[in-house]
Amino acid sequence: MAEIVLEKVTKRYPDGSLAVRDVDLDIADGEFVILVGPSGCGKSTTLNMIAGLEDITEGTLRIGGRVVNDLAPKERDVAMVFQSYALYPHMSVRENMGFPLRLAKVDKATVDSKVEEAARVLDLSEFLDRKPANLSGGQRQRVAMGRAIVRDPKAFLMDEPLSNLDAKLRVQMRTQISRLQRRLGTTTVYVTHDQTEAMTLGDRVVVMRQGLVQQVGTPAELYGMPRNLFVAGFIGSPAMNFLNASLSAGNLRTPLGDLPLDDGARRALEQRKAPREVILGLRPEAFEDASLARDTGGPVITATVDVLESLGSDAYVYFSAEGGPVTSAELEELAMDSGLRDTGAGTDQQIVARLDAATRAREGAPVELRVDMGKAHVFDPSTGSNLTHPES
Amino acid sequence: MAAAGKTHATRWGVVNVVVVLYALFPVWWIAALSFKDPGTLTDGNYIPRDWTLENYRGIFQTSEFTRALINSIGIALIATVIAVILGTMAAYAVARLRFPGKQVLIGMSLLIAMFPPISLVSPLFNIERIIGIFDTWPGLIIPYMTFSLPLAIYTLSAFFREIPWDLEKAAKVDGASPAQAFRLVIVPLAAPGVFTTAILVFIFCWNDFLFAISLTSTESARTVPAAIAFFTGSSQFQQPTGSIAAAAVVITVPIIIFVLLFQRRIVAGLTSGAVKG
Repeated sequence: MAEIVLEKVTKRYPDGSLAVRDVDLDIADGEFVILVGPSGCGKSTTLNMIAGLEDITEGTLRIGGRVVNDLAPKERDVAMVFQSYALYPHMSVRENMGFPLRLAKVDKATVDSKVEEAARVLDLSEFLDRKPANLSGGQRQRVAMGRAIVRDPKAFLMDEPLSNLDAKLRVQMRTQISRLQRRLGTTTVYVTHDQTEAMTLGDRVVVMRQGLVQQVGTPAELYGMPRNLFVAGFIGSPAMNFLNASLSAGNLRTPLGDLPLDDGARRALEQRKAPREVILGLRPEAFEDASLARDTGGPVITATVDVLESLGSDAYVYFSAEGGPVTSAELEELAMDSGLRDTGAGTDQQIVARLDAATRAREGAPVELRVDMGKAHVFDPSTGSNLTHPES
Repeated sequence: MAAAGKTHATRWGVVNVVVVLYALFPVWWIAALSFKDPGTLTDGNYIPRDWTLENYRGIFQTSEFTRALINSIGIALIATVIAVILGTMAAYAVARLRFPGKQVLIGMSLLIAMFPPISLVSPLFNIERIIGIFDTWPGLIIPYMTFSLPLAIYTLSAFFREIPWDLEKAAKVDGASPAQAFRLVIVPLAAPGVFTTAILVFIFCWNDFLFAISLTSTESARTVPAAIAFFTGSSQFQQPTGSIAAAAVVITVPIIIFVLLFQRRIVAGLTSGAVKG
């Protein structure tokens, strides 16, 4: 067990392209850190550099206080779980899990007892003599985990370990990984492109884009105080709604109507010399059904419901706002990554609101929505930074 | 419909029989010849009237054939082992590593594979005489190895490419040195490919006639295909046809056995289950 420290870590490929730029990251001993971002953001490259599978072009990497830039993977004492599981097909489950120990020249009795212990923890005892080909996806995944835990490494590195499982199993394995990590207390770096996985698993989450770290924080911080448009749009499901808005005298003129800013936001915008044209970000839960609202503050807007999705616990209401969709490089990239480009959504801006299940909103009928401006975020369209973030 | 299907099947059956007969007739002929006694050798029958093993006994009585058989087996085996070991390493590099001159290496090996051996026979003959390996085992092993290496590299690198990269990465992180990862993970998975290659290389060496006839002059290194050309009858008035046929059958049988074994060795799907599938 050890802490992992990245200082200005950069990866440049021979053709000059930068995969990872100046990543600074302090991962505490026993911490569960998630690297998340769309494909090609450099998260897997970062993980491979920690594992020693890729060279570090610039910067320093320390594991347990020791600079390991030039050490081979075997000298770093980290274990890795691959997306493909990478089980050795010619070895039985027992041999697969014992492989790292046998390479470390541990005596046979110890290998056997450690493998059996790990198999017990992972519920694999009855499969020890099977070959990977005769296991189900979930079992293979557990064998891959077992191979990582048998040797008590300084850290676990996991590269999208759940993305090959079906949705239900993924949720189960997620809890199991979380429980296992807490029990073993081993520093863990986990790569995923799935923001739900990131939010539910990590002590801290690192959001990356184009090789740059966008924000590091607890899931609550990322959700509540995204530093920029990219983080705001990436974290949360359904995603944050974005609207073009113009500032005038403490009011935001938006396609939904005029929305007054609260005092804190107004001060922050003044201090940072916000431009006139901004982007307003509202999470789906910033709206509530005005007829059910308990407190009476905040502006009320009227919208015509396009689609109503009732989930039992909540109801999602979709409506459109006039005016073209918000354009920014960050949001463009997110849309590309999530395949939103291909849904053929119209030119009007789609807004989603998460309402109490008791709402009387009906498809095609107007509904009055109260907007909680305390949860509003205002972004600078040119830089993408969150102007209402307390410290940016 | 049923009638049409039947005609269709019949037509295909006829075509198959014709093709098989066409392919196997020479084999049957040589086999039949080998079992005929000298008196009926030229009677034109495709089925021997008097079956005899005399021809087989005859070729195994003289050292001319037995010595050649030992040469054939020894030279082909040694050349195969060396070519497969070198080929495995080269193919791994070709399939996995990026190094300067890789394209040149691939190009060169392709060039060697395509080069007509006959154009090299005279220089090789002279070189081997000068350095003193003419008419020795190494004198044949070296050219065999050289000319079968491209084949080995091509076949093996195709097999290596099929092995998922992640397995090697996993082995490295699990604490294996590159050599251990190669030996404990890659080679066992490439085993079917290694066997396939070994069989192909062995057959190449075993069947060669050109180098064997050009680079040997005595029994000390002459292999069976070359030795057969020097067969004489038991007396000078006798045709060696029967002996030649018997020798031909003897050197064909191992190949057939090898091919049958080799078919079993192709363990299809040895890599299944390595990755999601």
